[in-house]
Amino acid sequence: MFGFLLRRVAFLAPTFVGITVVAFGFIRILPGDPVLLMAGERGLTPERHAELLHQLGFDRPIWQQYLTYLGNLLQGDLGTSIITKNPVLGEFLTLFPATVELSLCAIFLAVALGVPAGVIAAVRRGSLLEQAMMGTALVGYSMPIFWWGLLLIILFSGILHWTPVSGRISLIYFFEPVTGFMLIDALLSGQEGAFGSALSHLILPSIVLATIPLAVIARQTRSAMLEVLGEDYIRTARAKGLSPLRVIGLHALRNALIPVITTIGLQVGVLLAGAILTETIFSWPGVGKWMVDSIFRRDYPAVQGGLLLIAGVVMVVNLVVDLLYGLINPRIRHQ
Amino acid sequence: MALLEIRNLSVEFDTTSGPFRAVDGVDLTVDPREVVAIVGESGSGKSVAMLALMGLLPDGATVTADRLTFEGEDLQRMPARQRRQVIGRDVSMIFQDPIASLNPCFTAGFQIGEVLQAHLGLGRRQRRERTLELLRLVGMPEPERRIDAFPHQLSGGMSQRVLIAMAIACRPKLLIADEPTTALDVTIQAQILDLLLQLRDETGMALVLITHDMGVVAETAERVVVQYAGQQVERQSVRGLFRAPHHPYTHALLAALPERAEGGRLPAIPGVVPGQGDRPAGCLFNPRCARADALCRSVAPPRLEPALGEALCHHPVREPLA
Repeated sequence: MFGFLLRRVAFLAPTFVGITVVAFGFIRILPGDPVLLMAGERGLTPERHAELLHQLGFDRPIWQQYLTYLGNLLQGDLGTSIITKNPVLGEFLTLFPATVELSLCAIFLAVALGVPAGVIAAVRRGSLLEQAMMGTALVGYSMPIFWWGLLLIILFSGILHWTPVSGRISLIYFFEPVTGFMLIDALLSGQEGAFGSALSHLILPSIVLATIPLAVIARQTRSAMLEVLGEDYIRTARAKGLSPLRVIGLHALRNALIPVITTIGLQVGVLLAGAILTETIFSWPGVGKWMVDSIFRRDYPAVQGGLLLIAGVVMVVNLVVDLLYGLINPRIRHQ
Repeated sequence: MALLEIRNLSVEFDTTSGPFRAVDGVDLTVDPREVVAIVGESGSGKSVAMLALMGLLPDGATVTADRLTFEGEDLQRMPARQRRQVIGRDVSMIFQDPIASLNPCFTAGFQIGEVLQAHLGLGRRQRRERTLELLRLVGMPEPERRIDAFPHQLSGGMSQRVLIAMAIACRPKLLIADEPTTALDVTIQAQILDLLLQLRDETGMALVLITHDMGVVAETAERVVVQYAGQQVERQSVRGLFRAPHHPYTHALLAALPERAEGGRLPAIPGVVPGQGDRPAGCLFNPRCARADALCRSVAPPRLEPALGEALCHHPVREPLA
């Protein structure tokens, strides 16, 4: 087990180097000049432009810039935003809890609905219910997130006035962040109505972000369950006189979850990608929206750092999922 | 009163190309302590008939029977919940592929203990004690270690012992063994059969043995039913069957045993069991039968008297085997 862990961690290093190249390269391929964008409509004299570029180091050859960036990175320095002049890591860490809160809610929703939906679809195979559920899953899977988000806003916020349009909490509440998770902080603040307000802000973005993972998890659970339900050991379990609930919920599901857990892990990457759109639609102050803003401002250090950190989170989550996989699958655990 | 009584059991599967009758008018009576063998080649419906009794067939199967009783209780009219209390406790079953029949995610001890919990309501400690006792009873080497083993850590023979332990956990009155030795080594086969007979002697349970192996029948059973294409073509005592088989199919099966064959090549029965599309008119065995004539090809054969092995045949074999 320890050797396995070591191998996996060693494998992360080249991946990280690859990501630095991508993060560094892609933002520079985009047309646009950060200095000109900062200046905005006021414009700049060519001399002032050159001076600013020199100050930021953007006039040096690309490879020199990359090596400097890599050197700083090795010392744990992700750079400073050229717009806000704050350290990138600090900005990321301030905004990250908002993204985590949203992502956790979304993945919770996706698993809590997707796994039972997949199980029911498999057990009721060939029924109208199964076809309806899998049809819905296909629609959900194919849904463009930004359009889906806007539809929900129009219906629930615009027409029905059930949920707020944007943000994390109503502006009438104010308290210092303790955990960074608005739901928990709202509870801790003791202010009446704060928790409800935070929750109502969270619902729509969570649904939007959960849509694709929910569809993927439901479909994966269904196919895994269908395969498992045909196994000999399910017949054995039924031959023991166990209740259908126990046969399906314990004997079949436990085996079917093995591939589903892997899928859930892979959805974390999808989730963070989805967060960029979702946070933008709902003005959710998380790292996704921050990344989009940074890209529009050509804030090279912020984009590079953000990409690297998000990639790191995805890799760590996948590593944890691999370890979990060993826990749930005895055949792996004992190797 | 017979332990198990089945009259005119039929099973039909709904397939995309129409209904398929896998079991056709099967009768079976089993008394306590009796060992009955059901013999037939693949596709003869022997497992399906027993799965129907256990209520383990998929939804697409239609089971009909004039009588399907266990200890006088009608299994067909029984509510599902009540039937589940009989299944696994009074009637239990072991299967052909022991390794695939154990759930890979749970330990042997858990899977045995589950039966004890479901039917006897034993607590955690009692379950463990009884499980160890059962593992010893089925001859599991190092039961203290194996109780916590996962199926992938067990051999085929050990897995079958776990399944037997599971099946006898609640001292069943009837154990159905569906080809229990087919997937095992020859040396282990004999051990498992001996174990089943020994358990029969100790607990007084009846044993229904499904097999395609005439050698297994000769060594273990008292009565034998020969099944072909879903029908019972002959029913006899084992001794009578081996001395004088009356149905041409049984006759050919026994003539094909290596120890009986004379000369260089083993005699074979040409053709295969008819499937859904190619069921012949008249006797189902007629395309493969050396004695078949125009009558066999047009009229379904009658059930003959017990002296002729209750054979389903127009032209039974009357002379004993050499």
